Amino acid sequence: MTALLTVKNLRVTYPTRTGVSEAVRGVSFSLGRERLGIVGESGSGKSQTGRAIMGLTARNAIVETDMLKFGDIDLMRIPARQRRIMRGKSIAMILQDPKYSLNPVMTIGRQIVETLRTHERIGNREARQRTLSMLEAVQIRDPERVFTLYPHEVSGGMGQRAMIAMMLVCSPELLIADEPTSALDVTVQLEVLKILDKLVGERGMGLIFISHDLRLVSSFCDRVLVMYAGKMVEELPSANLKNATHPYTKGLLNCLPQIGVHRHPLPVLDRQPEWAA
Amino acid sequence: MKGTETTSVRAGYRRARGIMVSVARFLVVLVTTFLGLLAVTFFIGRVVPIDPVLAIVGDRAPSSVVERIREEMGFNLPLWQQFLIYLKQAVTGDFGISVLTTHPVIEDIGRAFPATLELATVGTLIGAGIGIPFGVIAAVWRDSIVDQIVRIIGLFGYSVPIFWLGLLSLLVFYAQLKWAAYPGRLDIAYEYTFVPITGLYLVDAAWTGQWSIFWDAWRHILLPGALLGYFSLAYISRMTRSFMLNELNQEYIIAARAKGLSEARIIWFHALRNAAVPLVTVVALSYAGLLEGSVLTETVFSWPGLGLYITNSLQNADMNAVLGGTIVIGAVFIGINLFSDLLYKTLDPRTRN
Repeated sequence: MTALLTVKNLRVTYPTRTGVSEAVRGVSFSLGRERLGIVGESGSGKSQTGRAIMGLTARNAIVETDMLKFGDIDLMRIPARQRRIMRGKSIAMILQDPKYSLNPVMTIGRQIVETLRTHERIGNREARQRTLSMLEAVQIRDPERVFTLYPHEVSGGMGQRAMIAMMLVCSPELLIADEPTSALDVTVQLEVLKILDKLVGERGMGLIFISHDLRLVSSFCDRVLVMYAGKMVEELPSANLKNATHPYTKGLLNCLPQIGVHRHPLPVLDRQPEWAA
Repeated sequence: MKGTETTSVRAGYRRARGIMVSVARFLVVLVTTFLGLLAVTFFIGRVVPIDPVLAIVGDRAPSSVVERIREEMGFNLPLWQQFLIYLKQAVTGDFGISVLTTHPVIEDIGRAFPATLELATVGTLIGAGIGIPFGVIAAVWRDSIVDQIVRIIGLFGYSVPIFWLGLLSLLVFYAQLKWAAYPGRLDIAYEYTFVPITGLYLVDAAWTGQWSIFWDAWRHILLPGALLGYFSLAYISRMTRSFMLNELNQEYIIAARAKGLSEARIIWFHALRNAAVPLVTVVALSYAGLLEGSVLTETVFSWPGLGLYITNSLQNADMNAVLGGTIVIGAVFIGINLFSDLLYKTLDPRTRN
């Protein structure tokens, strides 16, 4: 079986006035129709990894890789146009905050219809029908009404569901979720995760779940990839998280609060320069 | 399906009501602002050191005559009564007689304003029609050679004196190349035979199907219009560039890319549609600025517009004409501002309530 996504030695660098800044320094993994979590602190390169797979890094970024394949398609070799068409249709991405990631002057319905009509030759009526059923699939109770609303008129949870609907309406095979619940209230987080979980399961998609929340990722994903300073420091199945060998992962796990245990002083992460080397 | 219809009807009703409320608010604001404007012009009319009575009777009239005229003109009434009379006259369009032209001021303005309106409209159409695409392109290819060229064109536009550019353009495009016509609104041959309807010659000529006159008016408005257009282009393109840069850095642009939209659609539809919201104000203000009458351009091109009229009146201490002109300009400013606010509301759903 060929993997859905193969990444070998991915590097993302940004030229700056004082030299190059290396955001991602050699990330390799392969992904089947499974859930891979990427965790790491801010600036560890997890988001840049996701953007590089989408082909959406900032335009001054230099993306290099030994291999970046989606199925049998070499993403680095195909023309930009073909890569563009694959976005939304084969690989989609959910962003962090629906407050900023939905176009404020377009109704939610139109934004979802737009994804559909970019990738499929269908009429208005059919696009509308499919949008409404997609809104229903993300458990929006009143799809007809939400269809006509503007992003500022809905709550964060509703906005993120609309975002999920917008990105999944063309049934992509791979979804990159970049901190999809970090901007939401805790109670809403769980609802949105449940919806995401259900849709990814039903449709047999591959998922890359980027988060800084180790516990969330380990409960939601099959495998976890821990990043530190642009490098992968550890990759292991979620179930085996306790057996982590890298001191950074251990440090992260140690910081998780435990119910009933009174810890004073709170443990802090200890960062060794040689991990980043 | 039934439920669907009621929801959409209700949504339509809600929106219609919202529009009605904002139109009502618009009218209230219009009236109060206009009252304020009249109060200011009235006040100006009282404090300027020009005695309107002396302006009529001359400085050699015996004091009994001066006193009689003063009484007749109502200057002995209490101030509030004078203001009410002034209000009534202003509302009915009676701004008095111009000392300089001996016509009622409203008639003079009725002739001068359409000339300015036509010129300003052509200028704004050129300025926005070219300036907005220029700004968009400069933002998309920022720091590239295209951006630099747009920047230089813009900088040139607002740093070079417009009268110099006007004279130069007359020299090149009229005297040398003969692409444009000489100063004035029409050729002398048409000037006395053409009967304007609205005073906008392009519109009038097209309306009555006099295409040779239309062509002639076009050749006359081309240079001053292009010049004013260039002037507003300089401003509009810079503002468009910065609004577009701001929009292109937003998250929803990344989301639009992640959906697989084409670059053209992202730029010209998503980003520009959002940038259009603040741009409306910029274009409207630039239009209002041109409607004040551009004295320099009107002078260079002998354009019988409002700027020229008010400047002439001012130089001749023709207070009725100056105040009448000021009121008209103020009214235009208020109108355009309110119109752009309304447009703003239709463009940005977040400002509708």
